[in-house]
Amino acid sequence: MSHDIDANFLALPLRRLADAALQRARDFNVEHADFRLERLRSQSIRLRDGALEGTHDGEDLGFAVRVILDGTWGFAASVELSAEAAIRTTEEAIRVAQVSSAISSERIELAPEPIYDDVQWVSSYEVDPLTIPVSDKVERLADWSHRLLGHDAVAHVSAGLQQVVENKFYADLAGTVTTQQRVRLQPEVTAHGTDEATGRFDSMRTIAPPVGRGWEYLVDGRDWDQELAEIPDLLAEKLAAKSVDAGVLDLVIDPSNLWLVIHESIGHATELDRALGYEANYAGTSFATWDQLGTLTYGSPVMHVTGDRTVEHGLATIGYDDEGVQAQSWDIIKDGVLVGYQLDRRMAQMQGLGRSNGCAFADSPGHIPIQRMANVSLRADLEGPSTDELISRVEDGLYVVGDRSWSIDMQRFNFQFTGQRFFRIRQGKLEGQVRDVAYQSSTTDFWGSMEAVGGPDTWVLGGAFNCGKAQPGQVAPVSHGCPSALFRGVRILNTQAEAGR
Amino acid sequence: MTGNSPQELVEQALEASTADGCVVLVDASTSANLRWANNTLTTNGMMQGSHVTVISTVDGGEGVAASALSRSASSVEEVRALVEAADAAARQAGPAEDAAPLIESDADPTWEAAPESTSIAIFDSFAPALGDAFGRARSDDRLLYGYVEHTVDTIYLGSSTGLRLRHVQPTGHVGITGKSGDLSRSAWVGQSTRDFSDVDALALDAELDRRLGWAKETVALPAGRYDTILPPAAVADLLIYAYWTSSARDAYEGQTVYSKSGGGTRVGERLAKTGVNLYSDPAYPGLQCTPFVTAAASSSVSSVFDNGLPLGRTDWIDDGSLNALAQTRHSAALTGLPVTPAIDNLVMRVDGGTGSLDELVADVERGLLLTCLWYIREVDPQTLLLTGLTRDGVYLVENGEVTGAVNNFRFNESPIDLLERFTAVGETEPSFSREWGDYFPRTATPALRVPDFNMSTVSQAL
Repeated sequence: MSHDIDANFLALPLRRLADAALQRARDFNVEHADFRLERLRSQSIRLRDGALEGTHDGEDLGFAVRVILDGTWGFAASVELSAEAAIRTTEEAIRVAQVSSAISSERIELAPEPIYDDVQWVSSYEVDPLTIPVSDKVERLADWSHRLLGHDAVAHVSAGLQQVVENKFYADLAGTVTTQQRVRLQPEVTAHGTDEATGRFDSMRTIAPPVGRGWEYLVDGRDWDQELAEIPDLLAEKLAAKSVDAGVLDLVIDPSNLWLVIHESIGHATELDRALGYEANYAGTSFATWDQLGTLTYGSPVMHVTGDRTVEHGLATIGYDDEGVQAQSWDIIKDGVLVGYQLDRRMAQMQGLGRSNGCAFADSPGHIPIQRMANVSLRADLEGPSTDELISRVEDGLYVVGDRSWSIDMQRFNFQFTGQRFFRIRQGKLEGQVRDVAYQSSTTDFWGSMEAVGGPDTWVLGGAFNCGKAQPGQVAPVSHGCPSALFRGVRILNTQAEAGR
Repeated sequence: MTGNSPQELVEQALEASTADGCVVLVDASTSANLRWANNTLTTNGMMQGSHVTVISTVDGGEGVAASALSRSASSVEEVRALVEAADAAARQAGPAEDAAPLIESDADPTWEAAPESTSIAIFDSFAPALGDAFGRARSDDRLLYGYVEHTVDTIYLGSSTGLRLRHVQPTGHVGITGKSGDLSRSAWVGQSTRDFSDVDALALDAELDRRLGWAKETVALPAGRYDTILPPAAVADLLIYAYWTSSARDAYEGQTVYSKSGGGTRVGERLAKTGVNLYSDPAYPGLQCTPFVTAAASSSVSSVFDNGLPLGRTDWIDDGSLNALAQTRHSAALTGLPVTPAIDNLVMRVDGGTGSLDELVADVERGLLLTCLWYIREVDPQTLLLTGLTRDGVYLVENGEVTGAVNNFRFNESPIDLLERFTAVGETEPSFSREWGDYFPRTATPALRVPDFNMSTVSQAL
């Protein structure tokens, strides 16, 4: 179903403020100016043991003006929607550029982009979740919670639903004007339990990914009944499971876990701003440096990774980015070799790449757009095996499902992940869960050990609402699609032993 | 700033409310920042915001329901629309578990005062000094990367039960990473500040230069357990996480390191060495923070009904024993413990902890001196096992002196275990967490020496 952009957003003085701001910028002979007005509506609902713990409805509405004056950025933002405020904020951006010019030695120039004169884009969803009464959502989450609470292994259940409806209006001096709307939501249910004999507690969470979809996702977007029905038994099995023996094992990793490894070890490592040092004081840099573009062996030849801002229901999917660049898709890793980065207009120009691939994003009207992650996804093998077939190829290993803990170093080499559940594989067959597992590797070793990727039937679009980057901190939603995949010889830790127990 | 004053927004909202109870929070904020990399500015900004939260409560017979709605709003019309939506949402919501009478108090004598603000001019001294530091770095073949931010929030809290509270919160910080021109050596300094009068860009640059000098000699060390000195910043990195997981309700329900085996919380148990104190105090000099509860939504550690509850010094760990966990009035009733809401600063002090970081280093025969920690994530909630990386400077200490730099490591450690295992401690000083400081900048912590810190694997990252 295709939607129109919300009339209440269109009724805001978008053009009037943009015209006032851009005209004021013109008065100062700026090289570039853009005006971005955003409204972010959100709602979060949390339940504990089936009872409402809290709800919150938010609306972030404001605008920002970004200028390039004599080769230097200036940025200012306000929440007051008047032409006077737009003019004042533009003047503030000019002042910020003037203060900054003394400490700027690189001249800012932007890669060219065609002009899009008054275009609109709306994401693919059926029902705006914010039109559904809160009571219906609470009822749904309470029902889910009570189904789990009925089991002996489950002591407590937490459930939550986050929803966002995002509207962006963008206009720049060159003449591009875009108006966009997108929707996303994230449902989560976690069961907690304690093993009475040992006193050890643990939890088991749904692996349903956050998606760029509407309320329909909770109605018939996946087999919720089956997923919820399995959780208590999975938790009981985990609580009773043997502690893993540390060592080296083969892994079959389910997309519900692998998406996060892709995010951390490929998504962030192929952000050009990191490779160029712009995040060195915060998020970090990248081992995948610019001089290795086209030559770096990232992984095995079965590894093909794309960046896109176009996949249906993707959390980073958009029509035009926050610099007026049309959404695209491109190769990042081909046959295991690094062939592309994620860009914004400034870096595309500086590195002589011709055109940005559209990764500029600001998480709110008060923040400056920076290069943020596209949907970075691992391609399935069109003739590839099923997950069961991948498991059948493993003599001694683990099948990893669901993400949990994640950590990776500043250059995206060394990482450590845990999961929701780890099943022992022996002689090609699953043998039940083990617990206290973490796996540790280094990015190119790990992707180099990928022997096979699964077929299209194993491919799932996972993702997160909460990717953090930049100062001031910005949070971005992003999706990662991937098939199941087989990795040989990965280091397994026992987390109890790591804790000195 | 034009538009209506924050006090007008509060009064008009309360007047417009048709609910049984109403709480209005206005955060009038201004914020300025500069960011740089490779010895040149990369981004900057000046932001002005007015964020309004309206909480409506309705007694529905089966219990009191609440709604919590926030939006950017600077006019009375916007706020009236918000109140209307909040009232409607409260009438639609079911009973709130954490329902409690709204707080009452006398009006704050500063209530009528206008919001305070900052501007890009806060960096009038810092920016030219940073320019000088760039010049020094260029001539010494060094690269500087960093960020400064200054924000002033003025909070106004009013309620239908008579609350009229105001708090001005200045927050600022600086962090600078220095690298050698060939990117093989890296160092970091960071500092929290209220007004930038105590931030000296050239002194920070000089400290980076000294640390990069230490790294001219490098030694490769394998994974293992090392005698390790954690400076105050790294201690803050670990303790902030331990504080953030201190929900009394989560502990009571058997989900955290503060849960007692067999049920209940570990309050009253010895958790750390004798003499270890961990506390928060809204009046702590230099770390002053909001002295009353502000809650825009209810969760396991906050309740919208508690807005305006006065906050005083709270001892979380007292002389080594767990004394309190973060509570709402609701969770306090569940757990049978005192009402001790979370507070926006954190102090660790150890009885007998005196002396500087350098003095701690002087006692080490062979060990490691860290700079800060990074990418800290929870591996096991029951032990609070955290993993993460050392970052921007692991130095080898031999016979009391830094003799070179060592590769980075991934660690796996529990901050709670460290409070039991440390063997030496310095004096408490203002600190700035590398990992969490942008979100939790108000900490004072000592340096700790841990004889067997678990470096699980080597990280190649520079």
